[in-house]
Amino acid sequence: MNRFHMFMPEASSIARPIDTLFWSMVILCAVVAIGVFVAIIFFCIRYRRGSRADRTGAHQQSLGVELTWTLVPFALFIGVFLWSLVLFAQARTPPANAQTLYVVAKQWMWKVQHPAGQREINTLHVPLGQPVRLTMTSQDVIHSFYIPAFRVKQDVLPGRYTQLWFTATKVGSFPLTCAEYCGLDHSRMGGMVVVNTPADYSAWLAGHQGGPGLAARGATVFRHAGCSGCHGPDASVHAPDLADLYGRTVHLSDGSSVTADERYLHDSILLPKTQIVAGYAPIMPSYSGQLSEEDVIALIHYIKSLSATGGSP
Amino acid sequence: MNSAVTTGPGFLSREESLLAWLTTRDHKRIAILYALSITFFFFLGGAAATLIRLHLVTPDGALLNAQDYNKTFTFHGVVMVWFFLIPSIPATLGNFLLPLMIGARDVAFPRLNLASWYLYMAGGLFTIAALLAGGVDTGWTFYTPFSTMFSNTNVFLVVVGVFITGFSSIFTGLNFIVTTHSLRIPGMTWFRLPLFVWAIYATSLVMVLATPVLAMTLALIGLERGLGVGVFDPSLGGDPLLFQHLFWFYSHPAVYIMILPAMGVVSEMISCFVRRRVFGYRFMAYSMLAIAVIGFLVWGHHMFVAGQSVYASLVFSVLSFMVAVPSAIKVFNWTATLRKGDISFEAPMLYALGFVGLFMLGGLTGLMLAAPALDIPLTDTYFVVAHFHYVMVGGSVMAYMGGIHYWWPKITGRMYPEGWARFAAILMFFGFNLTFFPQYLLGYEGMPRRYFSYLPQFQLLNILSSAGASILALGYVLPAMYLLWSLRYGRRAGDNPWQARGLEWQTSSPPPKENFITPPVVREAYAYAEPPP
Repeated sequence: MNRFHMFMPEASSIARPIDTLFWSMVILCAVVAIGVFVAIIFFCIRYRRGSRADRTGAHQQSLGVELTWTLVPFALFIGVFLWSLVLFAQARTPPANAQTLYVVAKQWMWKVQHPAGQREINTLHVPLGQPVRLTMTSQDVIHSFYIPAFRVKQDVLPGRYTQLWFTATKVGSFPLTCAEYCGLDHSRMGGMVVVNTPADYSAWLAGHQGGPGLAARGATVFRHAGCSGCHGPDASVHAPDLADLYGRTVHLSDGSSVTADERYLHDSILLPKTQIVAGYAPIMPSYSGQLSEEDVIALIHYIKSLSATGGSP
Repeated sequence: MNSAVTTGPGFLSREESLLAWLTTRDHKRIAILYALSITFFFFLGGAAATLIRLHLVTPDGALLNAQDYNKTFTFHGVVMVWFFLIPSIPATLGNFLLPLMIGARDVAFPRLNLASWYLYMAGGLFTIAALLAGGVDTGWTFYTPFSTMFSNTNVFLVVVGVFITGFSSIFTGLNFIVTTHSLRIPGMTWFRLPLFVWAIYATSLVMVLATPVLAMTLALIGLERGLGVGVFDPSLGGDPLLFQHLFWFYSHPAVYIMILPAMGVVSEMISCFVRRRVFGYRFMAYSMLAIAVIGFLVWGHHMFVAGQSVYASLVFSVLSFMVAVPSAIKVFNWTATLRKGDISFEAPMLYALGFVGLFMLGGLTGLMLAAPALDIPLTDTYFVVAHFHYVMVGGSVMAYMGGIHYWWPKITGRMYPEGWARFAAILMFFGFNLTFFPQYLLGYEGMPRRYFSYLPQFQLLNILSSAGASILALGYVLPAMYLLWSLRYGRRAGDNPWQARGLEWQTSSPPPKENFITPPVVREAYAYAEPPP
């Protein structure tokens, strides 16, 4: 790495469009700033005290001038806003075919789980040219997942899932950092994102097959934590059926309805009293403090695998 | 130079005992109490900044361990925001000038004014004690649940200190609002007010309306941390984003508490040294009110990647662009004021010109951050650090320094040494840019803020920044020395050394305790086309 380089690599599909907007803004701002500086310097020289410049006909105000420099910036700002809006919507909407990986942040490390069971700490292996969606949560304080070369960043919060997606466009290793201050070793909470060609990525996956897949691990948690006692096929307790649950609309006892996404499943496991399914008694105990965020992710992945729409890729 | 038109001792020389100063209800003396206090806090906060910049000269950190580094930047932020920037211009120049500028004898509630200073000092000294004895490692933003459940430092004590000081802000704002409404001398209509008074008025509205929300937020931190009441921590059933909404609902308007008064100061100085009425006076006044009002609706632009909804982000984004419009209007109007003027370049004017340039750069980079797509890579990096220092230091501190020089002859009766003052102003300008411009580049390159150590590729820019900081530090030490020198050896100023038109220049320097012996003559603001009364 050279000691001083102005241009960071653009290593994701969103990086180039974001940089285009960034440098366009830099140029726009530079034009405005230089224009004002030139005007200030020109006036300061021409109208310095003692100069013979003509000072007659000075205006104290002018509605036309004021409206011009109110409305022109206004129109420019709206233009920039619309440009940014399109990009922002794109940056926040993962493509349907994105592969989901799971990230659990804790002071001061990033733990990654791949659907096929591979686990990594402070390293994230992803394939080149394929959209990847990260579903992230934190076990303690707020962190922020930031890959400068990809121009992506998303805060990672305890108690909820946030997501981020990208398509890597360059093979190589790129720094991964924590951008939200999280305590003592905040500045050491980093690592590398490793982008491999699809073939190398498959080879890496095959070489790091450590134990069962994520759904299988979820199934184990499902039995050991006692979930199957109520939600299993042979259970005598009246509890909601989990087959085909993921992605479905669930009607709650308070009359509202929600989509059974990752966040809903997470909250239903850890805070079951907040969302009671219509027609069921509020008998489920909270698993808050008993299951780690990683276990919860495995469980959710297992529940997804029971569903035709959300099966593991 | 006018000869003194009034007689009798100035407010400085009557009743000189310490007790008389500590029990004074004279707004001018209270302003000086504030000025001494905020200077003390400024140098404390500056010492922390010095440690930070020294530490960051090498990638692994040369000076501090991680824990001490975290406490140091927290110290810097807490002290500079709440104990220097917020009270800086309003409590010193505002206190001193508001009654003089509207022809009043004092503020509406002189006792409350003194009480505000005591609250400020109580909160300030309490906070400093807590910061020095143990310290706090949360950053000035106190993000939850780190601050409530995970930090092992003096969070509770510091929150109490800031909570106390908040009331001084509220009382000062209240005092200024009532003063502006009720104590204007006959003839001083709203559109004859100097823009400084408009600025202080708009600032006071923000102080009174926003600061209570800070108080509630800090109280909730105390409740969760002290008693385990679940508000912000999800493991207690709380919501960590709720904290950010509440915190920025105060802390974004707080930025306008810091910058609006600076805009007022700069308007006074530019019009005086250009010898022209500020161009577009009414637009200038309205734009300050617009900033104060719209400024309440943009807080979510601190949270584009924090997990708030995409739709909320877009609404906050468009409102943030809107609040930039009145700021742009002001920059253009100041520039237009120069046209066909009769410009001289005394130190206050150099500060004013520096302010316009640096504030503009801070504002323009703020536009980038207001665009959520650009905020994704830039937020929480040094780009943000550079942006707000351009506004807070390049803007507010430059204006404060300029204002201190501009009104120094009025406050003390003595002139500061012009050559030294110009030198310090230019030094500050260059030192400032060398300190903070490299930080824009660092942020674009991806260096996150609040990092104790960094990747080796960031070192060159960090060294430049630290080098700039040492020049900037010299720029701040110089005025402290020559201003003290001028108290004894400075040339006598006379009533109106700048031939300025504000009412404050129609009384003696320093003004008598009752401000005006004979009622001042009220005309349009900035009547530079006419001779002084």
